[in-house]
Amino acid sequence: MSTTIAAILFTGSLVIALAVAYRPLGDYMYRVYTGTGQSRVERGVFRLIGIRPDAQQTWRAYARSVLAFSVVSVLFLYGFQRLQEHLPLSLGFGPVVPHQAWNTATSFVTNTNWQSYSGESTMGHLVQMAGLAVQNFASAAVGMAVAIALVRGFARRRTDHLGNFWVDLIRGVLRILLPFAFVGALVLIAGGAVQNFHDPYPLQTLAGARQVMTGGPVASQEVIKQLGTNGGGFYNANSAHPFENPTPWTNWFQIFLMLVISVSLPRTFGRMVGSDRQGYAIVAVMATLAIVSLTLITVFQMSHHGTVPTAVGAASEGVETRFGVPNSATFAGATTLSSTGAVDSAHDSYTSLGGMIGMFNMMLGEVAPGGTGSGLYGMLVLAVITVFVAGLMVGRTPEYLGKKIGSREIKFAAAYFLITPICVLVGTAVAMAGDWGRRGMLNTGPHGLSEVLYAFTSASNNNGSAFGGLTASTPFYDTALGLAMAIGRFLPMILILALAGSLARQGRIPVSEGTLPTYRPQFVGMVVGVAVILVALTFLPALALGPLAEGIR
Amino acid sequence: MSLMTRAPGWVVQHLAAVRALVVITMITGVIYPIVVWGVALLPGLHDRAEGSMVTIGGRTVGSRLIGQLFTDKSGDPLRQYFQSRPSNAGTGYDPTSTGASNLGPEDVVDTLPADPARKAAEIAAHKARDSLLTQVCARSKAVGALEGVDGSRPFCTPGGVGAVLSVIGPRDRTGHVTRPTRVVSVNEQCGIVARPFLTTYAGRPVECARYGGDYQPGEIVPIRGRAPATPAVPADAVTASGSGLDPHISPAYARLQAPRVARARGIPDDAVLKAITANEDGRVLGFIGEPRVDVLRLNIELDKRYPFRG
Repeated sequence: MSTTIAAILFTGSLVIALAVAYRPLGDYMYRVYTGTGQSRVERGVFRLIGIRPDAQQTWRAYARSVLAFSVVSVLFLYGFQRLQEHLPLSLGFGPVVPHQAWNTATSFVTNTNWQSYSGESTMGHLVQMAGLAVQNFASAAVGMAVAIALVRGFARRRTDHLGNFWVDLIRGVLRILLPFAFVGALVLIAGGAVQNFHDPYPLQTLAGARQVMTGGPVASQEVIKQLGTNGGGFYNANSAHPFENPTPWTNWFQIFLMLVISVSLPRTFGRMVGSDRQGYAIVAVMATLAIVSLTLITVFQMSHHGTVPTAVGAASEGVETRFGVPNSATFAGATTLSSTGAVDSAHDSYTSLGGMIGMFNMMLGEVAPGGTGSGLYGMLVLAVITVFVAGLMVGRTPEYLGKKIGSREIKFAAAYFLITPICVLVGTAVAMAGDWGRRGMLNTGPHGLSEVLYAFTSASNNNGSAFGGLTASTPFYDTALGLAMAIGRFLPMILILALAGSLARQGRIPVSEGTLPTYRPQFVGMVVGVAVILVALTFLPALALGPLAEGIR
Repeated sequence: MSLMTRAPGWVVQHLAAVRALVVITMITGVIYPIVVWGVALLPGLHDRAEGSMVTIGGRTVGSRLIGQLFTDKSGDPLRQYFQSRPSNAGTGYDPTSTGASNLGPEDVVDTLPADPARKAAEIAAHKARDSLLTQVCARSKAVGALEGVDGSRPFCTPGGVGAVLSVIGPRDRTGHVTRPTRVVSVNEQCGIVARPFLTTYAGRPVECARYGGDYQPGEIVPIRGRAPATPAVPADAVTASGSGLDPHISPAYARLQAPRVARARGIPDDAVLKAITANEDGRVLGFIGEPRVDVLRLNIELDKRYPFRG
């Protein structure tokens, strides 16, 4: 079979598998978030936490709970890393330095999982499994909870009630993430991912040299790293490491995991607003953007444009033999389209235009399909902006799902879309303005700028992948990128919840002749157009100085 | 509970947050990984969870999943063994320091050493650096020499560095330098290279490069040369992997090495080629991943069947 056909089948089989999962998983998540019954475990957990599961929260209370949980999580994770030498399973590693501990704590709590540290030489097993991996579950569940609160805003009428954050959080962890993670971890172990508690130990290789083997509870962390669109690898090499991603089919499985929840959430959304076709429209927007993007990145990587790839005869620098260039490109596309940020190959060594697609995917706001929860709420904001733009064009009051999109709603939506570009562009500018930022670049010229631009794009959008040449473990980058992650996560979340509160308070406008149908291909095309135009207008100048300057001659 | 009802709202919020975090940590951070570990004790899974280790005569020699170096103490290839890909994990295939080069597609200009005799030390101290292009060219030349094939590649000098000029002079309207005042071959250091790979460029003599020379103002022009677009040395032989632990090589790179391994072991080429086929995996289900040869498994099999008498 030719490489091209194999590449098409690889991506095609993923699309089919996700399409198959869409309804059952989306329906299941619908039942999880709308059901009122509680299992015995849940009742126990709610009692331990000290909350009344039937108590409804306003958007403000919901947002305060999100922030309280996140602040406590950052503090806990920071302390955990600082004290790891006193804890068991530390492998003899000392405390993580303060700026790096701040960066890592923020990174995992914000679902970014940017790693300024190298796993195998910084973190003991206990910090990895009881600190970092816990936030892989929690941050993913927080994202889903906020998305569900927004959907309730659309679905409910004349109420202040958006649900209960603690219930949504615990249900997301216990009923969605944990069971799938458990099964997925065993699947990965069957493929060869490791799950043990060994200290690093030396052995003598066949040629008689010394090689120090590493262990760790990897599989249990690897699966939630993908399923929760987190992306923080147990080891520095992330999903390129054979102990994390041992075979070509585990590579396929990992891509599936990082997309499946975000792709299925529109189904949950459609069910909750009482119209399946609204869900189909949203998932169609995601699919259109994703398939175009995956095609482009694969074509750019396989055509290996550029001096070094031409000298080599393939864009194989930083690529594992078992995955090959096309499958690695699909992984890179999927990891940046979702908010995962795991990498199975070195994005920094990609062709100029291939690497740019990764950046562009993140600049889209990670909505195709985006992170667990964050992808759906990002896409719904895009839909709101689209009906607003459409309303301007025909001179009617914009409405979406029976809710009027007035000045209050559009202000929240517009502010949502301004936050990350501001973080990205201001952050990059500050880094480039002084030696503190430029010193970190490994590559020179436009590619050096690409490294910095990629870093702030990745942090602000909570992706976590990197052009890994950048030395990010400096006080400047640890602090600045940590701030970008925190601002890029929590300000948008607050705006989403405010928007949800404002929508929930409205009644429902009956459908009239002037209502723009938001389930037809026409609307899908408009949302795609709005997304691409917004990104192009915002980021084209920056991209022109980096990857475009490098790649087009 | 009485505290919860009397305390101010923000305290209650944080108490709930702390408790929720503790509960989630216990469930997903302690119980879950230990249960996964426990289930992985089952036969069939246990060996994999432990790292798929390979033992020969009671001695553990490595993992089936992790690549190894097959070189002698000075880093030269052991001729009886198939060689792995280049690696950026520590000094090569070091699981405690995994990673990639992270060098970009246009990384073509070397940082020259002050003292070429101490180049390795200067590279280790981050004072000198070979560009990715020069690394590719040097590997291609070395592999070509080892396997007795043409190691030339596009954009490489015959000496095995990146064929790159800094063309210095006034820029025209499109940003190019058409009438240079000076032309320097930036990766060919004076004293190391007798003569640059080009004698003249745009009517100017091509100079060799000196340590500390500032060639940045010039237009950087890589020179394609006449090497075939599909070189004799395959792509995976001249590029490092993402992890630095890649256990595989391409079937093409394996076949390139076969005659040399056969000679070193004093056996016919056919026997080695058969061993390659036996250790070659195709795409999973015909379309997932790439065809590949497991280097450690192949070398172990050769040692078992055709022991090396060196």
